[in-house]
Amino acid sequence: MCRRVTLRRDRPVVKAPRMQARITVEDVALLARGCAVLGTGGGGDVRPGAIAARRAIREYGDVPLVTLDELPGDALVLPLSGIGAPTVSNEMVHGADEPVRIAEEIERIFGRPPAAIMSSEIGGGNGVAPVAWAARLGLPLLDADAMGRAFPEVQMVSMYVVGIPANLVVMSDVVGNVVTIRPVDGLWSERVARAVCVAAGSSALMADYVLTARECAGAVIEGTVSRAIAIGRATEGAADPLAALTAELGAVRLITGKLTDLERRTTGGFARGTVTIEGTGDDRGRTLILEIQNENLVAVEDGRVRAMVPDLITVMDTQTATAIQTEGLRYGQRVTVLAWPCDPLWRTPKGLETAGPRAFGYDMDYVPVEEIASGSGPAGGETA
Amino acid sequence: MSTTLRIGIDVGGTNTDAVVLDENDRVVASAKRPTSPDVTEGLRAALDAVLAELPGPHLERRVKRVMLGTTHATNAILERRALGRVAVLRIGAPATTSVPPLSEWPDDLRDTVAAGTAIVRGGHFVDGSEIAPLDEDAVRKFAATTPADAFAVTGVFSPASADQENRVAELIRAEIGDVPVSLSHEIGSLGLLERENATVLNAALYGVARDVTAALHEALRARGLEVETFFAQNDGTLMAVDYAARYPVLTIGSGPANSLRGAAYLSGVTDAIVADVGGTSTDLGVLVGGFPRESAAAVEIGGVTTNFRMPDILSIALGGGTIIGAEPRSVGYRIGTQALVFGGSTPTMTDAAVAAGRGRVGTHPVPGEWRERLARAVRAADEVVADAVDRVALGRADRPLVAVGGGAFLLADEVPGAREVIRPAHAEVANAVGAAIALASGRFETIVPASGGGSSRARLIDNAKEEAAARAVAAGADPESVQIVELSEIPLSYLPEPAVRLHVKAAGPLARQAG
Repeated sequence: MCRRVTLRRDRPVVKAPRMQARITVEDVALLARGCAVLGTGGGGDVRPGAIAARRAIREYGDVPLVTLDELPGDALVLPLSGIGAPTVSNEMVHGADEPVRIAEEIERIFGRPPAAIMSSEIGGGNGVAPVAWAARLGLPLLDADAMGRAFPEVQMVSMYVVGIPANLVVMSDVVGNVVTIRPVDGLWSERVARAVCVAAGSSALMADYVLTARECAGAVIEGTVSRAIAIGRATEGAADPLAALTAELGAVRLITGKLTDLERRTTGGFARGTVTIEGTGDDRGRTLILEIQNENLVAVEDGRVRAMVPDLITVMDTQTATAIQTEGLRYGQRVTVLAWPCDPLWRTPKGLETAGPRAFGYDMDYVPVEEIASGSGPAGGETA
Repeated sequence: MSTTLRIGIDVGGTNTDAVVLDENDRVVASAKRPTSPDVTEGLRAALDAVLAELPGPHLERRVKRVMLGTTHATNAILERRALGRVAVLRIGAPATTSVPPLSEWPDDLRDTVAAGTAIVRGGHFVDGSEIAPLDEDAVRKFAATTPADAFAVTGVFSPASADQENRVAELIRAEIGDVPVSLSHEIGSLGLLERENATVLNAALYGVARDVTAALHEALRARGLEVETFFAQNDGTLMAVDYAARYPVLTIGSGPANSLRGAAYLSGVTDAIVADVGGTSTDLGVLVGGFPRESAAAVEIGGVTTNFRMPDILSIALGGGTIIGAEPRSVGYRIGTQALVFGGSTPTMTDAAVAAGRGRVGTHPVPGEWRERLARAVRAADEVVADAVDRVALGRADRPLVAVGGGAFLLADEVPGAREVIRPAHAEVANAVGAAIALASGRFETIVPASGGGSSRARLIDNAKEEAAARAVAAGADPESVQIVELSEIPLSYLPEPAVRLHVKAAGPLARQAG
C-alpha cells in the first residue's frame, strides 16, 4: 500500500501513453473513480463492484487487460453486466459462480469457451464489476466496452448501432438458474430479459452480443478501460484535481457554482429531475439548468443548449473532482459541470436515433458539444 | 430542594462534560474536565467535579439517573483494544458468495475480531420468499466448531424477513449455550455488507459495553449514588443500560447528537442550525422537530464501512485553538499557555475573537502588532462559517443558529443564512445537557407495497409502527407516551410490484421509576 504519488506539476503536460497491461488491486480504486466520471451521473454506484473486484483479484490474481488485436480473430468475447435494482443487488450480493455458469453455457452454445470478458457499460458500477468476473473466470478483460459511458437501456449499445442482431442473451441468477433467450430483436431482448430479471428476484447477471474478436472490430468502443484508469489516475496527487481532470478529459467546463435547486419527479417509470446550478467566482451571474434522468442528459443556459446526450455531461465536486451521481446531488454542493465528446459512433444517424436527445424525449437536434463551445454561445465557449 | 436530580455526562475528544439537572430540567451544576486516554479516569474526574458543584449538602442522594454519552466503543475500534472474538455467520448462499464477510476490513482489525466466518444456505428475496431453506445443520456445525466470545448473524433481506436470523440464534444457543448473538435486522438497514459490518462490530463490543457499565456503576457506587443508568446513542436518544449492553455499536457517534439535542433544549427551539464550536473544529448540524437531521451517507469507523444512521454533520477546521496561518492545526489543550491572550506566542482563533471584541478570555491583552492579521483571520473565519451554514441549511435562511460549545464566542452575532444567533445559558456543556434530557427511542425498517398496493400495505405500516414503539419501550421509554416521530418511504425500482422501503422511528420520555 506504499504507492509513490508523483505530483502533477512534475509531469510533462502531454503524457506518453501508459501501457496498462494488467489490473491490480491498487488499480481498482482508480478504475472505479474513472468509471464514476464516465457514468455521467448514472450507471450505478461503483463501490460494490470495486469491493467484488478487489476481493476476486486477491483470490484469483491480477486481471490481464488485452486489446482487440491481441486476441485471435475467432476468440469469443463475452460482454457481461449486472442488471436489476441497485437496492436489491446491494442487499442480495451476487454469487461467486454466476459468471462461471454463463461461461459454461456459452461454451455449450459455441463449442469453445470465451477468451475474454468485456464490460457492456464502462460508466458506473458495470465498468468495475467485470474485473471481478474476469478474475473469477481466469480470463483477461478486453480494453473496450459497448457505450463509452452509461446508458439506461439494453439496446443502447454500440453493437445495436452497427446493426449486429441481438439474437442471444444468456442470464444467470443467484440460485443457479441459467436462462438462454433467443430474442427477435433488441427491444424484445430488453423486454424478456427484464421479465427474467424480475423472476430472479430483481438481480441477475447477463451476457448479450457475444462476438468473436473479428466481429468486435468497429462494433465496440475500444480503449475505454484504460481510459477510465487514466481518468482515475489524473487527479491522484494533483494540486488542482479539477484542472487535471478537465485536461485529461479534454472537457468543456460548463459552469462552476453552487447547486441551488433540485426538482425530482417520476414520469413514465423513469426518475427525472431538473438541477439548477448558479455560478460562483468567475461564473457569478450565470445559471446552468441540467435535465437528468438516470444520467445527466441536457445542459441549458439562458435557453440555449450547451451540451446534450450522447455527449458526456458529468457533475463534479469542485474541490475533489469526484463525480457525483444523480441520486447523490444535494442542495448546496459546490460543483463543476464538465462536458466532453462521446464516441463518434454515437454521432452517426443510427447512433443518434438510438441514444440521441429524442431517444430520451427531448425534441431537439443534436449538436456536438465542441461545436456549441466554439460558437458564440453565452459563455463564450471557453475550453479547458 | 425536594426534587430528584439526574446527571448527564458526555465524553468528547478534548473534554468530558457533566451536568446535573433537576426535575424541571434546570441546570443546577456543571463541570468540564479533560478527557483521559483511558476515558474512565476523566469520567470519574468530571463526576467528582460536578458533584462538588451541587448547591447544597447531601444533594447527591437525590440523583436518581445518570445518562452517559461516551467514546469507549469508538476508541476500542480505533485502537483495536478490548474487542471480542466474533464468529461471523452469513445466511444467503448460493447468493452473496462473491464477497465473503469482512472482505474490506483492515487486516489488523480482521485479525483481532474474526474467530471464523461462514456463509450458509438461506436468506430471502426482496419479495420475502426464501433464496434457500435455512441450512440448520451447517449452522449447528459452525457454532460447535467456532470458539468465539460472540456471534454475528446476517441474513439477506433480514430487515424485511427476520425469521431465519431468529432461528439461527435459537440454534446457536441450543448448540453451545448462552452466548451473545448479534442479529443484523436489529442493528442496521438494507445494504448487506454495511449491515453485516455493523453487526460484527456490535458483537465485538459486548465486552467493552460490559466493562464501561461496570466502571460506571463502580464509580457511582463509590460516590454513594444509587441510580438507574442510560447510554446515549447516535440519534440523540437513550438506551437503558441492559438494552445498550445488547447494542453497544449504537453508542458510536452519540456526541454530535447530544450536542444538537442539548442545543434544542437550552435554546427552546426545535428547528435550527446548531454550531458546536470546540477546540479544534466546529460541527454544524440541523435540528428538525427537535431531532438531528440524519445523514444518508455510509459511515466509516476504524476503516470499516457501516450503514447505521448518524446525524448529518458538517465539520470545519475552526476551533478556539486553531492556529492562524497554520490551519487546520490547533494548539488543543495547550491553549491556556500558548495563545497570545494567555501570554504565549501562538496566534489562535481565540486571540482573533478577543481582538474583535467577541469575548473576554485570557490574562493578557492582544499585542498591537497582531491586530491586523487577527482581523483578517476573523473575516476569513466568518466566511467559512457562512458558507458552511448555507450548505447545511439547504437554502433556508429563516432558521436561527444556536451557538454552543466552549468556543461559541468565536461566532459573530450575525451570520448570513441564519435568522439570528442564539447563545443559550450553559451552552458550553450543551452535549452533557443533551444526554441528560434525551428520550428513549426505537426504530424499524421494512419493505411494504407502494401506495395503492392493496390492503396489506396499511397492515404492514401499522405493524412497523408497533414494532418501532415496542423497541422504544424496550430501550426504556414510557409505554404511555411513546410517539411515532419519523416515518419515511423510499421508492424501490425494478420490482415486480411497486414497493417502498419504510422507516419508522418511535420515541418517548423515560418511563417513571418504580418506587
